Amino acid sequence: MGIECRLKTTHSNFSLDVDLSISLKGITAIFGPSGSGKTTLLRALAGLEKNNGYLKVGDAIWESEKHFLPTHLRSIGYVFQEPSLFQHLSVRGNIEYGYKRSKISDQSVMEKAIELLQIDHLLNRKAAELSGGERQRVAIARALSSAPKILLMDEPLASLGEKHKKEILPFLELLHTELDIPIIYVTHSVDEVAYLADQLILLDGGKVSASGEIAEMLTRLDLTLSHGERAASLIQAIVGEYDENYKLTYIDFSGGRFTVPRKQLSKGDRVRIRIEARDVSLTIHQQSETSILNILPVIVDEIADEGDAQVLVKLRVGNDLLLSCITRKSAQQLDLKVGKKLYAQIKSVALLS
Amino acid sequence: MLNEFDLNALIVTLKLAAISTVILLLFGTPLAWWLSRTRWKLKALLEALIALPLVLPPTVLGFYLLIALGSNGPLGEISQWISGQPLAFTFAGLVVGSVIYSLPFVVQPLQNAFSSIGSRPMEVAATLGATPVDRFLTVAVPLARTGFVTAAVLGFAHTIGEFGVVLMIGGNIPGETQVLSIAIYDHVEALEYGNAHWLAGGLLLASFITLVVVYSLNRRFSLFKGGD
Repeated sequence: MGIECRLKTTHSNFSLDVDLSISLKGITAIFGPSGSGKTTLLRALAGLEKNNGYLKVGDAIWESEKHFLPTHLRSIGYVFQEPSLFQHLSVRGNIEYGYKRSKISDQSVMEKAIELLQIDHLLNRKAAELSGGERQRVAIARALSSAPKILLMDEPLASLGEKHKKEILPFLELLHTELDIPIIYVTHSVDEVAYLADQLILLDGGKVSASGEIAEMLTRLDLTLSHGERAASLIQAIVGEYDENYKLTYIDFSGGRFTVPRKQLSKGDRVRIRIEARDVSLTIHQQSETSILNILPVIVDEIADEGDAQVLVKLRVGNDLLLSCITRKSAQQLDLKVGKKLYAQIKSVALLS
Repeated sequence: MLNEFDLNALIVTLKLAAISTVILLLFGTPLAWWLSRTRWKLKALLEALIALPLVLPPTVLGFYLLIALGSNGPLGEISQWISGQPLAFTFAGLVVGSVIYSLPFVVQPLQNAFSSIGSRPMEVAATLGATPVDRFLTVAVPLARTGFVTAAVLGFAHTIGEFGVVLMIGGNIPGETQVLSIAIYDHVEALEYGNAHWLAGGLLLASFITLVVVYSLNRRFSLFKGGD
């Protein structure tokens, strides 16, 4: 399903002007600094803000010059930054509120959401009796209960503490894999983007500055996302063999295989691997006398300056992309050029799921 | 003890308060909702108009009502045309007066209650597929229930206590427009302090008990309002 939207809105100190055509699959993150218009864009998609514009979702036109489909007729689920549960209803009453008003008499999505979010034991409680993390889980289940065509989430983790964030993230990922509902996810956290997003829309000053597949966007050297301390690349991989002798797990991807200490994973699981640019060093020849296990053949794709002393190198490994941050001196010694074949030594990899 | 006149006055008073309260709630709820949501520039004007009975001497209000409800007044003429008699010195006239007189006591608590809900719960309900009327009835009204209790009790109690307006437009007709507060006045005028004591003491006690009930209900309700 795709969304086409051309929206223009001006508030007193801020204007949003977007022209977007996105195909919705998996989780699409809208990312940008605060004040960039992320929430306004999401609210516009939900019909909570009136704009002059055009909005088409799937085959249905939600907004045009003469037509504005009100929020309650849009098949959406919306998770606000704060859980915003109805205080006068029980947890069950909250969740069923959407289901009772949907045209779909199919409880399966609601039941599945309750199961996935592990809130069955909370159903008879009052909203006020729940912890922050529990409330947000209930809010997510409530948004899903009407089996919406799209789930819109506005920084659903921002109001939670670190502990509750870690509690919710796996659930979001489960929703992603278990329910076939595309999610549009507003966030200003790079970590959440790396963890969840399949696609990324970058918003800056009310305008879309770039959009595309997550792995590609994270390694685009012309975007600020690939620069700075936390610059990292993302690789989709599949869990392979387990080495009983050394207690190591192998993880396969298009460019070869990673070796990581044993993880609670079973063969065939899909995982995301995040590799920070500063953990990747480059050598001309494949080193053998080294403690580093993850050494991969790579091809230089692009080089950009990173401050005065360093350069950022985008590398191709199989069909995937890697970032490496090295000193300008090293780059000169290695005689780095686009197209050059090298070996990347990867000091550490983070498994995101 | 209560004599027949006092009993009639009690019945008229309760009837007046009950009818006025029902009308006030029906009329005041949409008005309060609108006031809590609108960004209309002249909103302050309307709010001031509604609050006028709080500060005006009841006799001023009663004077203008008497003119409006009388056979030459606009409301009186309409009434004359419909029922063949003007509104002044009738029970219906008293209801009109009471509704206007007690309007701020109903509208203000409701407006405050609706305002304190904020727009978020209504937005949530909209994203869950609730129509505007549906979300008003299933979200705004239950969340504003303390406001409704306060509004109903204040509207009722204030109508029972009114004196000046009734005196101006009611005419003190026993069994028709004579209410308790005026019956007390009559007893005192006639130096029937015993009868006055019965009525005044009864009103005092009833009012006190009502307020105690309201305040304790409000406390219980507020327990549900935990943070979010």
